[in-house]
Amino acid sequence: MINQMPSLSSMYRFQWEEAQSSYVLLYPEGMVKLSRTAGEILKRVTGKTTVKQLVSDLETEFPGSDLEPDVLNFLTEAEKNGWISF
Amino acid sequence: MAGSLSSISGKPLWLLAELTYKCPLQCPYCSNPLEISKYSNELTTGDWFRVLREARALGAMQLGLSGGEPLVRKDLEEIIAEAHRLGYYSNLITSGVGMDADRVAKFKTSGLDHIQISFQASDKELNDFLGGTSSFAHKLEMARAVKDQGYPMVLNIVLHQKNIEQLEDIIKMCVELKADFVELASTQYYGWSRLNIDYLLPTREQVTKAESIAKRYQTELEGKMKILYVVPDYYEKRPKACMNGWGSIFLTIAPDGRALPCHAAATLPDIEFPNVRDNSIESIWDDSNAFNKFRGFEWMEEPCRSCPEKEKDFGGCRCQAYMMTGNAAAADPVCDKSPHHADLQAEVALIEKTSANKNEPLIFRTMKNSKKYQTDKKLNLSQN
Ligand code: SF4
Ligand code: SF4
Repeated sequence: MINQMPSLSSMYRFQWEEAQSSYVLLYPEGMVKLSRTAGEILKRVTGKTTVKQLVSDLETEFPGSDLEPDVLNFLTEAEKNGWISF
Repeated sequence: MAGSLSSISGKPLWLLAELTYKCPLQCPYCSNPLEISKYSNELTTGDWFRVLREARALGAMQLGLSGGEPLVRKDLEEIIAEAHRLGYYSNLITSGVGMDADRVAKFKTSGLDHIQISFQASDKELNDFLGGTSSFAHKLEMARAVKDQGYPMVLNIVLHQKNIEQLEDIIKMCVELKADFVELASTQYYGWSRLNIDYLLPTREQVTKAESIAKRYQTELEGKMKILYVVPDYYEKRPKACMNGWGSIFLTIAPDGRALPCHAAATLPDIEFPNVRDNSIESIWDDSNAFNKFRGFEWMEEPCRSCPEKEKDFGGCRCQAYMMTGNAAAADPVCDKSPHHADLQAEVALIEKTSANKNEPLIFRTMKNSKKYQTDKKLNLSQN
């Protein structure tokens, strides 16, 4: 997974919602409010960034911890939900 | 299909814009009010722009463009473009009649996110009979056009006694059309479907069978096509969490500008629903009596008031409670803790026994019939 470049599925739209102070995923007749971490990860899911790069980006922005396991877990879950694909 | 919404609330997230009650179809299960003929005084394009802007400012994200048939509105493209500009995720909920491939493409450039097409059945004969017009071939064509434009495709089929036996064929048709999502919605008995309940309510046996078919395909098609199957609640023991609670996340605007906490709410007595022509969305949502009437838990009576499950289902549907008990604050009789539950079951059993032999006359949703049948049919529960 680490060298792959995930992208958002075409069913979903990812955007910042001022009124919720959070990122959300919007899809036909539904929506999910994302946690801060989930939002920060999905923001970097562009189809042009490898998972490795994504992790190191996050570690630069939020220094002090090993984020890789969390990111991998989240991306696996997100793929299962159909939000992203590799 | 709502996601995890419980963590966010307080403001409308979902705006349902019922642009018009005009419709080229005449489905006898239509959930529009019986009084459709009284709604000719429709909001203008400018009114809708203001509604969209104000609701968006409060935090609304999802926009349903519905009706009637929203395609009847000539300004639909303009409304879609404005919704897109404001950052809505916009869903067009349509029968497909009034659309052509060009219009589908134009919606795309205007920024529409998704089109949901409804089918009445999986074959031409029944589809066209139920819709009251010849529309099946056109619907197929439109479903393909929607897919060609790269929209996520959601197909919606309202299930009832007349088509529930073809469920398997319906699902196969959806697979063939490459739907991403299929909503198999059991008829909810408000408005027109209420009038026709004797002919539409499926038997318990039909429901059980349909449920197992839906489940089988859900597993089989996992990852390819999502199937949402909404069970008919008359056969349940707990009510649905109607609208996620009154005035919690849903806001419906009827064609004449009346704001409603749910699209069937206009049937409730003694509530004056505020109109967007005279009020801001914010004042309607926060301050109007109508939106506060059944908000939260204070209004509840027993058995809901002291029930540990009240935060799960909010006491069920207010319209259903009123329709069956005459009291809009009562527990939804679908709940087996409701003192009216046994009456509901007896009534359903009676319909079940006789409905198999009943065919016509279905009462179709036409303006003429609207003038004829202006009041909701009540079930004959014991206190009536
Ligand atoms: S249910 Fe049928 S009649 Fe009612 S609005 Fe939809 S297409 Fe028109
Ligand atoms: S008694 Fe009321 S709150 Fe409790 S489960 Fe029944 S409908 Fe829901």
